[in-house]
Amino acid sequence: MSLDNRGTALVLVGGILFGFGLGYSRMAEPEIVLAFLQLTDFGLLFVMGGAVMVTATVFAIATRRGGRAPLTGELYAMRHKSFDNNVLFGGAIFGVGWGLSGICPGAAYASLGLGNYLILYGIGGMFLGAYVQGLARSYVGGTDAAADPS
Amino acid sequence: MLELAPLADPFPRGIAHYLIGGLFIGLGVATIYLGTGIIAGASTFLESTLSYVSSVERFQRYRPSRDWRVVFTVGIVLGAGLYALVFAREVFVTDVQPWRLALGGVLIGIGTRVGKGCTSGHGVCGIGSLSGTSVANVATFMLIAIGTALFVGTMGVSP
Repeated sequence: MSLDNRGTALVLVGGILFGFGLGYSRMAEPEIVLAFLQLTDFGLLFVMGGAVMVTATVFAIATRRGGRAPLTGELYAMRHKSFDNNVLFGGAIFGVGWGLSGICPGAAYASLGLGNYLILYGIGGMFLGAYVQGLARSYVGGTDAAADPS
Repeated sequence: MLELAPLADPFPRGIAHYLIGGLFIGLGVATIYLGTGIIAGASTFLESTLSYVSSVERFQRYRPSRDWRVVFTVGIVLGAGLYALVFAREVFVTDVQPWRLALGGVLIGIGTRVGKGCTSGHGVCGIGSLSGTSVANVATFMLIAIGTALFVGTMGVSP
């Protein structure tokens, strides 16, 4: 969906809050994420739990009222992506990458904001991976509705 | 070496900053959602941004959203920079080895796109939507990631 200037400005504000949270929760530091994945610091559960508490509450209230977003006129809806084997297959590949590196997309962008220039290795890798899969799936010609932009 | 320290102290760095940071992450998603109805995940930026430089049809489908996704990502960088400016005492540079970041990044780039989302799209937005698909994805990547990280640690790869 394209956004007008006000919508774009709001996305910037949301992104700043999101990135601030990734910094404050220290998820932008791969070492902290790896400490969770190596079972020496379970704090990440509180990061995800805290974030989900907010989104679940806001999504539930907004959708129950059946209203529309003021800046786009979009009907408030939930994020329900269709289930197929790709969900598990892709999740497994992502899991190996996450477990190896301690980074994920949002946290990697945030890491740049901390001055962590070495994260560019990770971000570069992500673009390469996204490009390769896009190319491969173009040749295969899959028409999975699931990958529809959200 | 794998240790059982977590049983002694599962939260050696406390809980507060994890929880507060998480609330801000949720607030960022909620802000965008309430204003625009968009449920924003972080990983689609990778594909949508490729549409600026690649004519592959797969990426072109993201043209309508690619501009705001760049803005969202710039916001994430700025927000973390704001945190660093106010709270961190020095610039953070990771000790995790570049090959781990790069190889992990490639797998993440493939996996999040094939699996339709990442820690924010499925983990925060999808679970917040009570989506069974997202719960299945998160359970999968969580278990595999823990297994991978433990294996890497056991092999003596550090940091």
